[in-house]
Amino acid sequence: MGLESALGEGYLTTQLDALIGWARKNSLWPMPMGLSCCAIELMSAGDPRHDISRFGMEVMRFSPRQSDVMIVAGTVTYKMAHVVRKIYDQMAEPRWVVAMGACASSGGMFRSYSVVQGIDQFLPVDVFTAGCPPRPENLFNALIKLQEIVQHSSVLDYRNSNEPIIVS
Amino acid sequence: MNGDAQLRTKYMNNVLQQTVDSLRERFGDAVEEVREFRDDVIVVVGRAAIVDVATWLRDNEACPFPLCEDVFGIDAWTRKQRFEVNYHFFSLTCKQRIHLKVRVEENDPSVPSITGVFPGAGWYERETFDMYGITFPGHRDLRRAYMPEDFEYYPLRKDYPLMGIPGALPLPNRG
Ligand code: SF4
Repeated sequence: MGLESALGEGYLTTQLDALIGWARKNSLWPMPMGLSCCAIELMSAGDPRHDISRFGMEVMRFSPRQSDVMIVAGTVTYKMAHVVRKIYDQMAEPRWVVAMGACASSGGMFRSYSVVQGIDQFLPVDVFTAGCPPRPENLFNALIKLQEIVQHSSVLDYRNSNEPIIVS
Repeated sequence: MNGDAQLRTKYMNNVLQQTVDSLRERFGDAVEEVREFRDDVIVVVGRAAIVDVATWLRDNEACPFPLCEDVFGIDAWTRKQRFEVNYHFFSLTCKQRIHLKVRVEENDPSVPSITGVFPGAGWYERETFDMYGITFPGHRDLRRAYMPEDFEYYPLRKDYPLMGIPGALPLPNRG
């Protein structure tokens, strides 16, 4: 990085990181990957009572190219896992993943041959959300935690700047 | 009071009794067993006769059954005739339901397709094939319904482990 060396290590990683992180965290556009019942709660997160737009996230993008955070809401089967991964691969970096609900986080109550026992087997997950389904408030909890991650991640290496966290 | 008389008075009403009587008369030994369980009349028929029985049920004058509600399999596991294919037919005019069963053995799990009689049964037969590996000769497009095309097992068979066989269903790389 030419700019990095010219300005010294500290400058970019502190000032610009803070600015870009602040901008990114307040305009996270979700990709609603609604696969089953949790998707209903994801929809109610967008209703006037819960109002996801308070966090700059009301722009649910149904195109992966335009979205920053994929909210995997629901039961992911092995067959569907390939589709989820394909959509994730189409998202532009930087991108984040929220596993919403017990199913996406761990397979939930579906301990069977057809359901993936946790989407972290094929996706890098940033926040796991407990609940079956999680209330919209808990989804917001997850998204606020994700905003903290985004705020504090490095612009140059956002992927490795955090460990996945679990909210409940 | 013998069982048959009880059956007649308790659950099986006249319309259904007539249907079963004509089935017996018409198909003779192909009707292997008639019984009832929780208000359902169950007729076990021979594998070779299933298409004819379904056709007759659909077309008979007295109480036609034009609606094939469901076709599904059962794995009885320890029974000599391990697999069973079940059919639910419903009569819209008489408001009656009849339940057919065909039993097949493990080494030859195939039942003639009734798609020629009820085209809509094709989906159910595909599902049954997908889950139990029972084939339906005469079905035009007997592919897997739910599992991936290259999946090698039949997951609802009793000898398939609940959590599956590791590696049978590949996942994308985590990357
Ligand atoms: S966690 Fe519960 S509510 Fe969510 S998809 Fe699974 S079963 Fe449905």
